[in-house]
Amino acid sequence: MTDTAPAVELAGLTKTYGPVTAVDGLSLRITAGEVVAFLGPNGAGKTTTVDMLLGLARPDAGTVRLFGGSPIDAVRHGRVAAVMQTGGLLKDLTVAETVRMTAHFYGHTRPVAEVLERAGIAEIADRPVGKCSGGQQQRLRFALALLPDPDLMVLDEPTTGMDVEGRRDFWQAIRADARSGRTVLFATHYLDEADAYADRIVLVRAGRVVADGTTAEIKNLAAGRVVRATLPGADQAALAALPGVRSVEVRGDAILVHSEDSDVVARHLLTRTDARDLEITSRNLEDAFLALTAA
Amino acid sequence: MTATTSPDTTTGTRRADRRPPALGGFSAAVLAIEIRRVLRNRRTLMFILVMPAVFFLLFGLPSRGDTLDNGLPVTGWIMISLAVYAAMVATTSAGAAVATERALGWSRQLRLTPLRPAAYVATKVATAMVLGLLGVLVEFGVGAASGVRLPVHVWLESGLTAWIGSLVFAAFGLFVGYLAPAENVMQFMGPALAILAMLGGLFVPLDLLPDVMRQIAKFTPVYGVGQLARAPLTGTGVDWAAVGNVAAWTAFFGLGAARLFRRDTTRV
Repeated sequence: MTDTAPAVELAGLTKTYGPVTAVDGLSLRITAGEVVAFLGPNGAGKTTTVDMLLGLARPDAGTVRLFGGSPIDAVRHGRVAAVMQTGGLLKDLTVAETVRMTAHFYGHTRPVAEVLERAGIAEIADRPVGKCSGGQQQRLRFALALLPDPDLMVLDEPTTGMDVEGRRDFWQAIRADARSGRTVLFATHYLDEADAYADRIVLVRAGRVVADGTTAEIKNLAAGRVVRATLPGADQAALAALPGVRSVEVRGDAILVHSEDSDVVARHLLTRTDARDLEITSRNLEDAFLALTAA
Repeated sequence: MTATTSPDTTTGTRRADRRPPALGGFSAAVLAIEIRRVLRNRRTLMFILVMPAVFFLLFGLPSRGDTLDNGLPVTGWIMISLAVYAAMVATTSAGAAVATERALGWSRQLRLTPLRPAAYVATKVATAMVLGLLGVLVEFGVGAASGVRLPVHVWLESGLTAWIGSLVFAAFGLFVGYLAPAENVMQFMGPALAILAMLGGLFVPLDLLPDVMRQIAKFTPVYGVGQLARAPLTGTGVDWAAVGNVAAWTAFFGLGAARLFRRDTTRV
């Protein structure tokens, strides 16, 4: 185990359940400090991948290395912690008791009061877990994951089933925990979460990585950008001939150019034509998501 | 557990602090939380502390004044039997709590911590034994308060045997807990334990049962512990059939639980 090893290194990961191939030769490398969204529709193999990454499931083929070691080693030394979609809690313990008890399972932890505070549940510390809302329970799981001060935090669909307010509070707690250097990997099927909280998006479909890049790159990948300008009597053929252009639309005096390279289109319009009121907009992530994950 | 060093908040926890827990995560502090947790549950308290005591008041006290062949009181016989019953219900329910925790997904949550599965089971067994001791003490307390008078060695030997013998049922509880992940496992375990207690001669002397039943009863898991716990009172000496019964059932439930436990913790 060395500190120069990547936080996560998955190579050729494969897992089948009977006739279903849940994960199909998935490889992924995450460097320390990255915040990565693992984005895909339900059934894309996200949870199975996360289970293998954490050592909860054994891959049929391929390898998992966390910080150069095995997942079990990383768990044992408190280097990785996770907030799972279905991780159970004991209903008859209070919030604080749950954290205190879990703290005893580690060799070293942050103070209980501190993690309660950081997860935003200090004021409900004495409430029985069974009486907490779904969002509060999820923040309790987050508090448990904060205990070992992990180098890698894994969140598997952490806000599933939460209402809008619960989701906002939860992500606020995550954001407040912006300790520099902590690697975060979260699986989600909410596009806006991936868009808002990740530096990098790994798009999965049918157990494979179908796209991997920054949020901007992913958006660009499927849909490119739209350049809109006012240009009466535009030369449609000249515009369509520019590199990267996919389509040119004319709506009255306005033109809409869909392009993979909006810079070229903009430069052309502003230097070679009389175009004015120029606007460049990204297609939203949802378009990219749908285009890349459609079967 | 308190921080022994103060980690730098900007660079995170120091390397040297990233050590696995001592004893695989087994600690007296967790045991204390577990015991408090059980004692907070009114239903459990009812089953392991209140019910056996009430049984004594209902079924034991009417025999006040009756004596066994050796002159010791029949109420002592009933009290010791019910102490075994209290201990067995306490230890079985503590062991079977594993079923609830598996059903709730807590076991899965624990696999994301450094806690070793063996330390988890050790905590469950220790909790079971503390509760079993409590069950015996409450039953004996009620008996003493109701006027049961026995020689000191009988109190001690019967109490210890009832308590240590209940280890069989801690294993039984774990066995069931790993067999069936169900949140309400004690709902069907309660009646099952009552039937076993009946066959084990804890509620009525086996002599009162039909002969066939009596022969079968000798092979059921409660019989041995009951016989051994009452031996100091009845003065019958060591009953090797009873010792064999306890040994066989402890081995069966212990090995069975261990096998199921290994299956449960094997990563699939």
